[in-house]
Amino acid sequence: MRGTLPYALAVWLFAVGLYGVVTSRNFVHMIMCLSIVQAATYVLILQVGYVRGATAPIFFDVPVGTPAVDPVVQSLVLTDVVVGVVVGALLLSLALQAHKRTGTLDPNDLRTLVG
Amino acid sequence: MSPRVRLGMFVVGGIGLVAILLWGVGGLPRFGSAESRYATYLNTHAVHQRHATNVVSAVVFDYRGFDTLGEEFILFAAVMGVTLLLRSQREEHDDSPRDRAEARRTADTSDAVRVGTLALIGPVWLLGLYVVAHGQLTPGGGFQGGVVLAAAPLLLFLAGRYLLVRNVHPMHALDLAEGTGAGGFTVIALLGAVIGAAVMANFIGKGQVASVFSGGTLPVFNLLVGLEVVAGVTLVLYEFMEQTLFVRGD
Repeated sequence: MRGTLPYALAVWLFAVGLYGVVTSRNFVHMIMCLSIVQAATYVLILQVGYVRGATAPIFFDVPVGTPAVDPVVQSLVLTDVVVGVVVGALLLSLALQAHKRTGTLDPNDLRTLVG
Repeated sequence: MSPRVRLGMFVVGGIGLVAILLWGVGGLPRFGSAESRYATYLNTHAVHQRHATNVVSAVVFDYRGFDTLGEEFILFAAVMGVTLLLRSQREEHDDSPRDRAEARRTADTSDAVRVGTLALIGPVWLLGLYVVAHGQLTPGGGFQGGVVLAAAPLLLFLAGRYLLVRNVHPMHALDLAEGTGAGGFTVIALLGAVIGAAVMANFIGKGQVASVFSGGTLPVFNLLVGLEVVAGVTLVLYEFMEQTLFVRGD
């Protein structure tokens, strides 16, 4: 159990974020919750590459051969974070336009589609 | 569907999802004992092969550079999406922030905030350039440094100098910078196929390990990505500022 317990953090973040998305009454809040769901993936990906007692995979001041964590998962997360930010901006601009059209940010009030 | 029914459905589905996820992570290697042959190979050979001490950078812009090329265009498309969604609509018009938006009027920026933010712009820019330029050596690179650099225009807006920025019409320059970043990345990637062995091949002399000019194409890619990120994030900030301060419906 001890060996897999940290992974439960990612599962918990994912579930909490989804709960927020489902029960959200405001688009801005919903976008925040979506970014928490995304944060769960960062946590899980980084955890998969973690090696106990190892250093970062940067050999500027430590010699090559020092135990280091997985650099591949770190580079996955690196690009993900930046893309996550701009996709968040894209969603926020959608929310802004929805508010302009309908005067509300509550998803429950947008049930009927207006052509 | 009423919120109550939806919540009920979510609870049932959520419990199932969490159970499956927990079952899934239970099958992962014990936390802290990851053993990946690819990771071990990269950690032992990247410095020698690419003359880059930051192996993460070497993976992003070289070993798995093709993936980053795709990410670049997600970034590009998202920023274009924001500008497209926030363009002026037919029934909207520009207006001075002072005359109509009485309800939104706030106190002027205090001198302390103004001086503080303006004084920070220089150091923030320097830090950003440092982070971009040392991407192949120490933690950092184009993505991270680009975001730091984009904090400078945000500070300028915070200082209440938005009108000053608006008067120089930065849109075209920002569009050009973003396009240069994304286009330049593609050109260098394709040059790898022409000069080197394959797309994204590292075809520039790799230089002395642990010096600023090392890693071959890595610093070039970092620079171009930095340019694209700083232009893209600034463009997004600019569009939102524009919406808040100027665009008015009738």
